[in-house]
Amino acid sequence: MENNDPIIRIDHLKFNYRKHIVFEDLSLEMEPGRIYGLLGENGVGKTTLLRIIIGLLRTKSGKCTVLGSDSASRNPMMLQDMYLVPELFFAPPISVKHFAASNSILYPHWDSAQFERLCQTFEVSTSHRFDKLSHGQQKKALIAFALALNTKVLLMDEPSNGLDIPSKTTLRRVISECATEDRVIVISTHQVRDLENLIDPIIILDRSGLVINASIQQISSKLTFTSSQTLDQEAYWSESTLNGYYQVVPNREGLDSRVNLEALFNAALRNKEAFKTMFNGK
Amino acid sequence: MEFDQHKPIYLQIADAICERILTGAWPEGERIPSVRECGVALEVNPNTVARSYDELSTEGVIHNKRGIGYFVSPGAKGIIRDKQRNGFITGDLKEVFRKMEILGISIDEVTSLYRQYISKTSDQ
Repeated sequence: MENNDPIIRIDHLKFNYRKHIVFEDLSLEMEPGRIYGLLGENGVGKTTLLRIIIGLLRTKSGKCTVLGSDSASRNPMMLQDMYLVPELFFAPPISVKHFAASNSILYPHWDSAQFERLCQTFEVSTSHRFDKLSHGQQKKALIAFALALNTKVLLMDEPSNGLDIPSKTTLRRVISECATEDRVIVISTHQVRDLENLIDPIIILDRSGLVINASIQQISSKLTFTSSQTLDQEAYWSESTLNGYYQVVPNREGLDSRVNLEALFNAALRNKEAFKTMFNGK
Repeated sequence: MEFDQHKPIYLQIADAICERILTGAWPEGERIPSVRECGVALEVNPNTVARSYDELSTEGVIHNKRGIGYFVSPGAKGIIRDKQRNGFITGDLKEVFRKMEILGISIDEVTSLYRQYISKTSDQ
């Protein structure tokens, strides 16, 4: 049987950098077998949250539990089963192959054949020196490495940044392929169009904490994304189109529509309290 | 992969599968790609594809053989045709009626155009 117990549990988390408060009271859970999309405006703490989950930052109060351990404890059993692909990273002056061989020894589920395959798919040569590759090539090499570690927790901070158009297609394919049922993948992104149709559930953060953490199915059961000639009085968000409006309205008829992530994001930021009540009851 | 803006992705995938079954590209009784293969090909979340497969299984279009994969069910074409007939009557036709009203096109005009169309296609 599938085990859907949350792998990541965040419970009344508080965090601040000196006087700058990032999270006042954040609680959320993430289940295996899902690719979470972490959205939020600049500076709401998406990267901070990923760094707390991975154990690089300690919570000021509240708890962050990953695979049953407090992430701040940096328990080796937990660390060997999680990995973070940061937005910016240091590329060492050694070959990609050498980098992979020496860094993968800490991870028991590492699959070197899979790594070679992923690098081929991304068209990255593993014999090249890591620091001599272009930024995009470095990023692809690190993503291939991260996926082939086969950790239960994989966090990626803006993975599509710096990738060219064909590489973004490849990125979506390999993430879909590597998203297995025992694994949780969390992707923070501003480029929702790069990862649309891939990320589900969607988490939206704001300065006060969590706005929503809901699957696409839950979202489309509550909200309708629709084009119409007239403006809906109850629209959470709308924009003018050539022949009317594209808008996010309450789902009154129980019909399924396609969730547009940009529209969802805009609607959520304008109706934080309404969205919190709508989605927190589940 | 480009998708239509309005219809949920899982339904668009289900439609595409039905289309392949109707055209005979995926014959009745044959195995279809796995959820994961389909997810990779379409660049979508595997759970979305799983939802499409669930939907089609409930409708009786495909079925799952445990440990082997999904197969096109016998009679799938008939089920899809019935569903699409309903969709045509409640969807496409409604839109045609709406446009007829706006443009002032009478049912007699449409009937004669339809007769012309039928005689042309039966000549071929």
